[in-house]
Amino acid sequence: MILVKNPVIALAGNPNTGKSTIFNALTGLKQHTGNWPGKTVLKAEGKFNYKGTTYTLIDLPGTYSLLANSLDEQIARDFICFESPDVTIIVADATCLERNLNLVLQVMEITSNAIVCLNLIDEAKRKRLEVNVEGLSQELGIPVIATSARNGEGIPELLEILHDVVNGKIVPQPRQVVYSKYIEDYISKLQPQLDKRLYGRLNSRWVALRIMEGNPKIIEAIQQYLGHSIQLPTLKEVII
Amino acid sequence: MIKSSLPSKPKKILVDSDNSKAIEMRDAIVYNIYNTAEEIASKVVRKTESKDFSRKLDDILTSPLLGFPVMLLLLGVVFWITITGANYPSQVLATVLFWLEEQLSALALKAGAPAWLYGIIVEGMYRTLAWVVSVMLPPMAIFFPLFTLLENLGYLPRVAFNLDNLFKRAGTHGKQALTMSMGFGCNAAGVVACRIIDSPREKLIAILTNNFVPCNGRFPTLILLSSLFMGTITAGSYNSYSAAGMVVLMILIGITVTLIVSWLLSKTLLKGIPSSFTLELPPYRPPKTGEIIVRSLLDRTAFVLTRAIIVAAPTGFITWLCANIQIGDLSIIGHVSGFLDPFARAIGLDGVILMAFILGLPANEIVVPILIMSYLSAGAMLELDSLMAVKELFIEQHGWTALTALNTMLFSLLHFPCGTTLWTIAKETQSKKWAVLAFVIPTTIAIIVCFLVAQGARLLGIG
Amino acid sequence: MSEVKIIPLAQLPIRSWGKVHSLLAKDDSRRRLMDLGLVPGTRVEAIRRSPLGDPTAYSIRGATIALRKEEAQKVLVIPTER
Ligand SMILES: Nc1nc2c(ncn2[C@@H]2O[C@H](COP(=O)(O)OP(=O)(O)OP(=O)(O)O)[C@@H](O)[C@H]2O)c(=O)[nH]1
Ligand SMILES: [Mg+2]
Repeated sequence: MILVKNPVIALAGNPNTGKSTIFNALTGLKQHTGNWPGKTVLKAEGKFNYKGTTYTLIDLPGTYSLLANSLDEQIARDFICFESPDVTIIVADATCLERNLNLVLQVMEITSNAIVCLNLIDEAKRKRLEVNVEGLSQELGIPVIATSARNGEGIPELLEILHDVVNGKIVPQPRQVVYSKYIEDYISKLQPQLDKRLYGRLNSRWVALRIMEGNPKIIEAIQQYLGHSIQLPTLKEVII
Repeated sequence: MIKSSLPSKPKKILVDSDNSKAIEMRDAIVYNIYNTAEEIASKVVRKTESKDFSRKLDDILTSPLLGFPVMLLLLGVVFWITITGANYPSQVLATVLFWLEEQLSALALKAGAPAWLYGIIVEGMYRTLAWVVSVMLPPMAIFFPLFTLLENLGYLPRVAFNLDNLFKRAGTHGKQALTMSMGFGCNAAGVVACRIIDSPREKLIAILTNNFVPCNGRFPTLILLSSLFMGTITAGSYNSYSAAGMVVLMILIGITVTLIVSWLLSKTLLKGIPSSFTLELPPYRPPKTGEIIVRSLLDRTAFVLTRAIIVAAPTGFITWLCANIQIGDLSIIGHVSGFLDPFARAIGLDGVILMAFILGLPANEIVVPILIMSYLSAGAMLELDSLMAVKELFIEQHGWTALTALNTMLFSLLHFPCGTTLWTIAKETQSKKWAVLAFVIPTTIAIIVCFLVAQGARLLGIG
Repeated sequence: MSEVKIIPLAQLPIRSWGKVHSLLAKDDSRRRLMDLGLVPGTRVEAIRRSPLGDPTAYSIRGATIALRKEEAQKVLVIPTER
């Protein structure tokens, strides 16, 4: 249960999936939208009320993954990974679900308070694609709402689910990617070490995976977030 | 089937250097995630074969034969609609606003307001505002909905796709075409859009050259001047096709200069090879026409009006003062423009034009209004109540030739970016140095180009 | 085992298909290609070239993505049937 007074909700997702359109639909603001990846490069903030709760909604730049390079993608990554929004709505393009799931699965490794908003459902219909929304929700373990944000379809349902997640009526149980055995072995060695040092400030499984990848930029970002009093273990330390 | 192509356990992982071990693991992690995604998607998505509309459209819009002609044609059509469409509302706005000025004058006269107060408020601030609104607003209000329609259709990434090879040869990033497109709206926005370019070197090049696409504050100037230019060379009977053609030509010049300067920068100051470039081409989406027109009209109108009030009114105030405070036997404007005149003439302008550009640093929208005001204060004509009168003022009273119009257009296209853009550049690059360069580079180029054109034309005996 | 032909993606003829074999790209560039869905086993179709010959648009996991030749050179594919 989240039970915060003024929940902060992040809109994450691949580029050009309709995040800003959903942001506008929910807040009534006028974020610029456009049919090309990279329209939003700055974080935007808006507020809305639903059933007596004031929500703060954050529109983020689109990103293909959480291990990004460019400044706009870093903004998205840093917010999702380090600002711990109360709920993250992942906006996915229903017309190419598979590639969007890449990000969905990554976000689900960081936070369990995630909702998938399966947008552009009208376009999927036009392309004769059928997505089993209920089935997807079961596979992922988190709520999935089909929307056609530009036409306002599915927005009331999205609000209702958001409300339920915030109030603890629905507790998402995100499915975790199971990695190859040797990776899982390393994770299970790293995780206890991390749990001792992180005090729950970051998901230890996620941090373990980043340490194994050894991407200096990400490690640096994590280290910066944690502050220098906390020393991350290295992979070598644990394996040997 | 897919699993077989990646070994489930990497070879010699602990013997290898740290780095390659990490890479293997990195790959395996991404691979596992994609596998899971594939597995889930295959369970929940059902696909029936259907024809791909976007692909059909791309067969035309990005075809080797038609890609470029269609691009030019679209640009031309957009400007033609803008020019013809803006004509009438401009006239109406001018009529209404100058009728209002008369009422204000009558009111001031009745109240017995002193001449200087009347001058500052009506002739200075109100008039500048009125010119900004009637000359600048209509073209913007038409151009923007059109441009936004193309943007929402999904055409911009195709432009980037078509042009990328040119940018690659100039040593820059293909997404620069996208940031340039944003520059059409506003160069400051174009500069911020450069965040989508991940290589710092190419981002800087895109930032420093963004100014060579005319922003919304400049293309009404270009439109006005192209009709002037066409008017002078076709003996008064200009038509909207040639004027649109002229604006398109200006934009092509802007793109060419962008490519040349980018190339020079990537060979000197910002040396390097192009970094990786990937660009998603989204499916075309039929835009919500009505909504877009209403939204961009309202947003633009609000934006231009606020900006007009914030910038134009004070500038009008200052310009009026400069036009009316006499030092010796000349107004301040007279002194300043007289001082600038020899240099300005060498680059095919005149002192007043150059001064208007300098005073227009806060916002490009006010360059033409300042020009009009300064000319009015120096000339015989006192009333200026229609757009036709602008042409008379420029051509008959201040000796504009086709060359003056052309060089003013070129200078407007190539000169320093507005104050807001410079400030944005300083902020985005976190350095004053780049902001200074962003001022110096375009200005130098504008001067060189205008000088060459002016001298060339004079050598050939034209202009 | 029969011989498998492996070619760079850049050499995949237009309107033909291939299956990603491996990536030669390193660091950020590798990361970016993988984020776009180019991992071993992914099926790719070369759709069209830009009017100026480069870049080329590919269909990758349901999206159309343009890659410059330099990038496509760093992806190895096995040509396949549709
Ligand atoms: N047909 C259809 N189009 C939509 C829908 N939602 C958004 N769009 C369109 O999709 C395009 C992209 O929408 P944006 O809201 O700008 O997407 P975004 O996710 O914010 O994009 P970035 O900021 O670039 O990451 C726009 O042209 C929208 O009008 C929808 O439900 N149906
Ligand atoms: Mg957006």
